[in-house]
Amino acid sequence: MARHVIARVADLPPGSRTLVTVKGRPIAVFNVGGEFFGLFNRCPHQGGSLCEGKLVGLLQAREPGRYTYTRRGEILRCPWHGWEFDIRTGKSWCDPDRVRTRSYRVDVEGGQGLVEGPYVAETVPVTVDEEYLVIEA
Amino acid sequence: MNVELRERPQAAATPLSRLAIADCDIHPTRRLLADIHPYLSKRWQEHLQTFGLRYRQPYQNGPAYPKGQPQACRRDAVPPGGGKPGCDLDFMRAQHLDPNNVQLGILNPLSPSGQGFQNTDFSIAFCRAINDWQVAEWTSREKRLRASIVVPYEDGAASAAEIDRCAGDPQLAPHFAQVLLLSRTAEPLGNRRYWPIYEAALRAGLPVGVHAFGYGGSPITAGGWPSYYIEEMVGHAQCSQALLTSMVIEGVFEKFPALRVVLIESGFAWLPSLLWRMDKHWARLRQETPHLRRLPSEYVRDQVWLTTQPMEEPADPAQLRQAIEWIGWDRLLFATDYPHWDFDDPSRVLPLQVAEAQRRAFFLDNARTVYGTH
Repeated sequence: MARHVIARVADLPPGSRTLVTVKGRPIAVFNVGGEFFGLFNRCPHQGGSLCEGKLVGLLQAREPGRYTYTRRGEILRCPWHGWEFDIRTGKSWCDPDRVRTRSYRVDVEGGQGLVEGPYVAETVPVTVDEEYLVIEA
Repeated sequence: MNVELRERPQAAATPLSRLAIADCDIHPTRRLLADIHPYLSKRWQEHLQTFGLRYRQPYQNGPAYPKGQPQACRRDAVPPGGGKPGCDLDFMRAQHLDPNNVQLGILNPLSPSGQGFQNTDFSIAFCRAINDWQVAEWTSREKRLRASIVVPYEDGAASAAEIDRCAGDPQLAPHFAQVLLLSRTAEPLGNRRYWPIYEAALRAGLPVGVHAFGYGGSPITAGGWPSYYIEEMVGHAQCSQALLTSMVIEGVFEKFPALRVVLIESGFAWLPSLLWRMDKHWARLRQETPHLRRLPSEYVRDQVWLTTQPMEEPADPAQLRQAIEWIGWDRLLFATDYPHWDFDDPSRVLPLQVAEAQRRAFFLDNARTVYGTH
């Protein structure tokens, strides 16, 4: 396992997402209201690119006609078949144990600490006065 | 908030080992409705601009049901230059035909095709335009693609005339692989009003594909109008059972033993139980339909194929194998439904260890047999 600097925090404002490659693996990184999440960018169902999915809330009903809508922006719908994934865990809502995609922790680190290493930052130039997103993979 | 991604992953290079496939259900569309104008006479251009598109259904502002994704399409299938998914041949090549190694792609235009229009004369004119448009804009530019002859199917004679026009023109004929109908017609497809279509398809040497959807004017289930899109999706199996039963029992296959029919996008695992029931009742009720001289299942076994998408996905893959074996590995035609949202990926769609010959039949050889493209 190594830690990889993937982007400047300023380049991924709330509501945006980006696709990065870490050790050859495509990872979709999301900023949801200032929190960062990483998901392996391949839907475990048939392989759709999760980075192109829509972020929605969690819609539930205890009985027909009585709905709750919670966790706004934390459920990712695959752009193909609409499978829903919890952006915090990578688990699908309908079959969480069998259909799940890997989730990656995304940390915010100051440039000062990153310059001292040990980090892998092949593509993102690091300066001491910026903040960066770091993934362990 | 969701942000559109501007950068798209580059199409992966096709590995040499990647299995060549036929995709028996690809949906091309136009960028703008006005793109069809050059293929319509001025009279029908004005009609289109004045009255728009009107179908045999009670919902005039669009489909009765929502779709799984916007425009019923994969969210990643919007061409980089804009427009509807399925309108850009170059992007279709880059996203689908090249990376998935599609050697034969059957075009099934749906939106719109002219089929099922309330105005019969407009249906005739628009179907003709779409047939010419497919050749000019798609199959002339991409040899891997073959077109479908769309017909104004509620008018059997006019449909036959359009099939004869396409098949009788040496410039057009090589571009077409089948005659296309939709599953929701004014009456079940075995009715004699549709027989001129089957006769013309035989004259042309083409199979008849029946794609799910359409606007027949009746509720989309035998029990009335359901509430939800998921009921429409599941209901295609019911609709195809009704039309296939009609074609068998009315004697279409008995009358036209060389007719080949492909059922498109309505599932397949329902077929064995339907045939068990038809055979059982035929043995008891044969006197009602003396024109049937064989078991219903025998007509279907010889003359009907089914496309695979949306693939059946039982939790236990062994049950999928069993269903396919009941139907026959030689009867299924792989299809993706590109660019629609319920696209099936050829690399993931068949979670079974199968013999190489069966895999090739499923993904390529059956389609080449049915569509005569060996």
